[in-house]
Amino acid sequence: MTQPPASAFDLTVNGTRHALTVDNRTSLLDLLRERLRLTGTKKGCDHGQCGACTVLVDGRRTNACLTLAVTLDGREVTTVEGLADGDDLHPVQQAFLDHDAFQCGYCTPGQICSAVGALDELAQGWPSHVTDDLTGEVEPSAEEVRERMSGNLCRCGAYAHIVTAVQEAAR
Amino acid sequence: MRAFDYVRPDTEDEALALLAEPGTSALAGGTNLVDLMRLGVARPERVVDVDRLGSTEVVERDGSLWIGAGVRNSDLAAHPVVRERLPALSRALLAAASGQLRNRASTGGNLLQRTRCVYFMDPTKPCNKREPGTGCPAVDGLSRDLAVLGHSEHCIATHPGDMSVALVALEAVVHVRTAEGDLSIPAVDFHRLPGDEPHRDTNLPAGALVTAVEVPLTPLAGRSTYRKARDRRSFAFGLVTVAAALTVEDGVVADVRLVLGSVAHKPWRATVAEDAIRGRAASGSVFDDAVRAELAAARPTDQNAFKVELARRLSVATLHELAGGRA
Ligand SMILES: Cc1cc2nc3c(=O)[nH]c(=O)nc-3n(C[C@H](O)[C@H](O)[C@H](O)COP(=O)(O)OP(=O)(O)OC[C@H]3O[C@@H](n4cnc5c(N)ncnc54)[C@H](O)[C@@H]3O)c2cc1C
Ligand code: SF4
Ligand code: FES
Ligand code: FES
Repeated sequence: MTQPPASAFDLTVNGTRHALTVDNRTSLLDLLRERLRLTGTKKGCDHGQCGACTVLVDGRRTNACLTLAVTLDGREVTTVEGLADGDDLHPVQQAFLDHDAFQCGYCTPGQICSAVGALDELAQGWPSHVTDDLTGEVEPSAEEVRERMSGNLCRCGAYAHIVTAVQEAAR
Repeated sequence: MRAFDYVRPDTEDEALALLAEPGTSALAGGTNLVDLMRLGVARPERVVDVDRLGSTEVVERDGSLWIGAGVRNSDLAAHPVVRERLPALSRALLAAASGQLRNRASTGGNLLQRTRCVYFMDPTKPCNKREPGTGCPAVDGLSRDLAVLGHSEHCIATHPGDMSVALVALEAVVHVRTAEGDLSIPAVDFHRLPGDEPHRDTNLPAGALVTAVEVPLTPLAGRSTYRKARDRRSFAFGLVTVAAALTVEDGVVADVRLVLGSVAHKPWRATVAEDAIRGRAASGSVFDDAVRAELAAARPTDQNAFKVELARRLSVATLHELAGGRA
């Protein structure tokens, strides 16, 4: 059997640069979990519908399941494993602990990476679907946080505490 | 997923030459194409990555806003000129998908997203759109989410997107490059009705690249909005959506645009309703009569008749809101 087509590229993950050659079909999600053994990022649906695979690509939140790894040449990926600074948790991680914002924890890495991205979007003043005045200031109200986090589903229904944790981290 | 060759050309000319070969697909953000490849619905032999070729510029020129094909949905929704002068576009983008998907989804890819008809997305089922001539199981099957206007016996799918509905209301123009030269296609003619060729979603020539979208910055565009009715409050495709724009002078409608989304194979410009509203009093009864006249053409299935009533209510409420009432 001939080898399936593969491509070579460079990718930085959590500050470490990797020179990789992978089957063109490989998603960023499978690359992280199966090749780089970074299993913090989770696979829920593999179709962009649940957010469990959310990571940051060049600082922006992204569904790793719908991203082909070979498209990422030269990009920088941050996963949940790369958020803490040594033993100091990222403020969003700390807020999730302080507010008990999870039960089984399966959706949590995606929720946390998504929240980091969403807080950056808020800080840049991006409006959302629930923002009344498109040209005004945006506030991290519960309604805004719920809308901005709607790409992350939680089967355990820990939403109430997730919203509080994200609001806390926004302060 | 079927194995494929991956190419990342450095120029549009190279990309066009590659796209001329059969079995080749362009890839931008990948949020639709990768999904369809994983499902086995799209089976390209070669993927041409145009994600970094597409312009990410949004510039004002000659009274219009020019949006590069590579501009992300999230960046476009947050762009100051779009927020201030094209509110329907900002609102349509913000009502679509999720924060993380909008960060990847591109302007070009969004226009070319495929239908969400469940038979289309399941390669074990017949489907005229996926495999011409195999039949349309939706006509007598799961049609709740599908078209009520402009469909044919061959396909009752909808174009599911939000952005394109706003672009039609804003009278945008889609700029395209082909190997033979440049084209511009009015947004209203970009998507097409299914007729007996439901495998063709759009009038984009095969192998062509969308390069930019041009949106006129008119006073009417500044008085526009977008509303979306869906099964849950966020992160769901529309059941019915409405992009509308309205200017009123002395209680009389000076100009109006009304476009319905998720009800047809293309964004449905409601010209019957527009003509019945323009020049008349900006009142609820004028809006209601006009929208009813438009929807007289609706041919729902037994599962989606609710969409006609929903389209009526959402249209009237949206026009009422733009006229200054709260709805
Ligand atoms: C879970 C989920 C929910 C969603 N919800 C919504 C929603 O509510 N509303 C909505 O509108 N959309 C929704 N979407 C769809 C999303 O908006 C589209 O997937 C996205 O806009 C496609 O853009 P892309 O750049 O990722 O395209 P890709 O997936 O890269 O490409 C899509 C198509 O466009 C073609 N293409 C891309 N760029 C060009 C170009 N420059 N020239 C010619 N052809 C090109 C590709 O060949 C391909 O056929 C949802 C998607 C998912 C997965
Ligand atoms: S409605 Fe169109 S897309 Fe759906 S099964 Fe019928 S032919 Fe296929
Ligand atoms: S695994 Fe990527 S969104 Fe569900
Ligand atoms: S904590 Fe269990 S899925 Fe969210």
